[in-house]
Amino acid sequence: MRLEVQDLSFSYEKRQVLDGISLAVEGGEVVGVLGPNGSGKTTLIKCINHILVPEGSVRFGDRDIGSMHPVERARRIAYVPQALSVGMAMSVFESVMIGRRPHVSWGIGEDDIAMVTATLGDLGIQELAFRKVTQISGGERQKVMIARALVQDPALLLLDEPTSALDLRHQLEVMGILRFHAERKQIGVLLAIHDLNLAARFCDRVVILSHGRVRGDGPPAEILTEEMIREVYGVRAMVTRESGISVIVPVSPEGEVP
Amino acid sequence: MTPVGRDDETIGGLFRKMQVERLLFSVALLFCIFLLAVVSIAIGSAGIDAGDVLTAVLAGIAPGHFTPDPMAYTIVWDLRLHRVLFAIVAGFGLAVAGAVMQGVLRNPLASPFTLGIASAASFGAALTIIVLPAAVSSDTAIVISAFSMSIIAAGAIYGLSRYRGITSESMVLAGIILMYLFGAMTSFLQYTGTTEQLQAVVFWMFGSLQRTSWEKLALVTAVVGIVTPLLIWRSWDLNALTLGDQVAQSLGVRVGISRTLTMVAASLITASIICFTGTIGFIGLVSPHITRLAIGGDHRYLIVASGLIGALILLASDSLGRTLLAPQIIPVGIMTSFIGIPFFLYLFMRRKEEYW
Repeated sequence: MRLEVQDLSFSYEKRQVLDGISLAVEGGEVVGVLGPNGSGKTTLIKCINHILVPEGSVRFGDRDIGSMHPVERARRIAYVPQALSVGMAMSVFESVMIGRRPHVSWGIGEDDIAMVTATLGDLGIQELAFRKVTQISGGERQKVMIARALVQDPALLLLDEPTSALDLRHQLEVMGILRFHAERKQIGVLLAIHDLNLAARFCDRVVILSHGRVRGDGPPAEILTEEMIREVYGVRAMVTRESGISVIVPVSPEGEVP
Repeated sequence: MTPVGRDDETIGGLFRKMQVERLLFSVALLFCIFLLAVVSIAIGSAGIDAGDVLTAVLAGIAPGHFTPDPMAYTIVWDLRLHRVLFAIVAGFGLAVAGAVMQGVLRNPLASPFTLGIASAASFGAALTIIVLPAAVSSDTAIVISAFSMSIIAAGAIYGLSRYRGITSESMVLAGIILMYLFGAMTSFLQYTGTTEQLQAVVFWMFGSLQRTSWEKLALVTAVVGIVTPLLIWRSWDLNALTLGDQVAQSLGVRVGISRTLTMVAASLITASIICFTGTIGFIGLVSPHITRLAIGGDHRYLIVASGLIGALILLASDSLGRTLLAPQIIPVGIMTSFIGIPFFLYLFMRRKEEYW
């Protein structure tokens, strides 16, 4: 299914954060939203999920997201926020199980148990199943929250900086997991991300936000140019290519002697 | 620590086993409550043996089939049974309210006490005892006044937090403000009251099961019996809310509505109990913690099991309170802390891991 955002705007009180955003995400596609702090990445993701109510249109498949019942929306769209709150006194298995809420009435069925078990396996965290969520590392917790979103069985997965609190190895693992699930289940993945190199390597497309507007939208190799990085981030960078993937080496903030 | 299997079958199997264990935990608690109830009815200034207690209870339920000792029958049905049942229902309700409040506010210190609902009830009672002329300040007037004040406090928490968005932080802050406000107003009333009035207020605030009756039991049971299933039904919302408001929202929970309704339900349970008993603290705070330490935080099991722990603590407290210094009766509000704290400390010290 296709996510289509058209002319989306949003203001907190009087401060306009997003101004006329249009973008689309196809099923199976991983799209990175890039941009400096305060450019509106988090707000955009919340607007798409209707946690914030924007002006403009957000359509998923043939439906307007705003007109969906909350549970109906939850069956199609999952969201992993940046600040991670974990369940109280819950095991990993139980925390992930909470993702089944839009699908269960009250009792937990065999298919729910099977799905949680399989997802823990996919993410390589089945050994943690009965550990308390408060006792695992940040990287493991991020995987638990992604597992929670995946058992929601969504057609669109929204993530807010899923890698920013993780070490190098977990960054690669988490991005790999997202790629893998996008392809296997044809889920559209839209994620806010800071790391340009991760975006270049794992995203099919990147959308660059600057001051609440879209500055660029396309494959990383076309969009992540030295000129774009200087304009949007005010940073001088070298962009080279390593086996077909852009590698961005930031050199110095604009105006400083390197 | 539960052993962890690597193959998929084992993880699913272990989870199913855990679910069964949780049910068994509640069944075991029910059994303990039953035993303690029989003992509690049996003990007292006129001792009855357990067999006579059971016969007398059964004779009341199915008249004609049993031949109880007439004196045992009178003591059980007129004096002790409703008090024991009241302790069970009240303990259950206060603990359920605490479990729900802690969950929905994501705050380990939330309880009917820390949110000002109990201090509002105290104020209501003090208002009737001190300000109204003695002729009007009947037992019923105190109950109505205490109940109304609790409901006003719950409404005020909602009203204040609505201003800033119905988040857990704003509700907890509003609750704490109300707790101090009602506390100050009660102190002021006490300052102006006579010695006898003061004594009555202080005694009310100790919390007691002395004033129970079959009618009061019926009222409280009706409220607890209607509201608790609604809360259990919303368990998934409570579970989702532990992951934060935004995740809960992305899981289809209408966060503001859900939080408001569960808080109203928990406040209603609390108010309907403490207006009869006076302030029985601690049960609402500590029973959910004991339960989480024992069976984890899934609200589908937590709500009922917390209630049963609360029932057990209140019943044990009242039984000890009646017998420890007999014929003096120690108010149950004092005993709950004496009984509950060691129990809680034991679990708290033994389980070192961060569990909240």
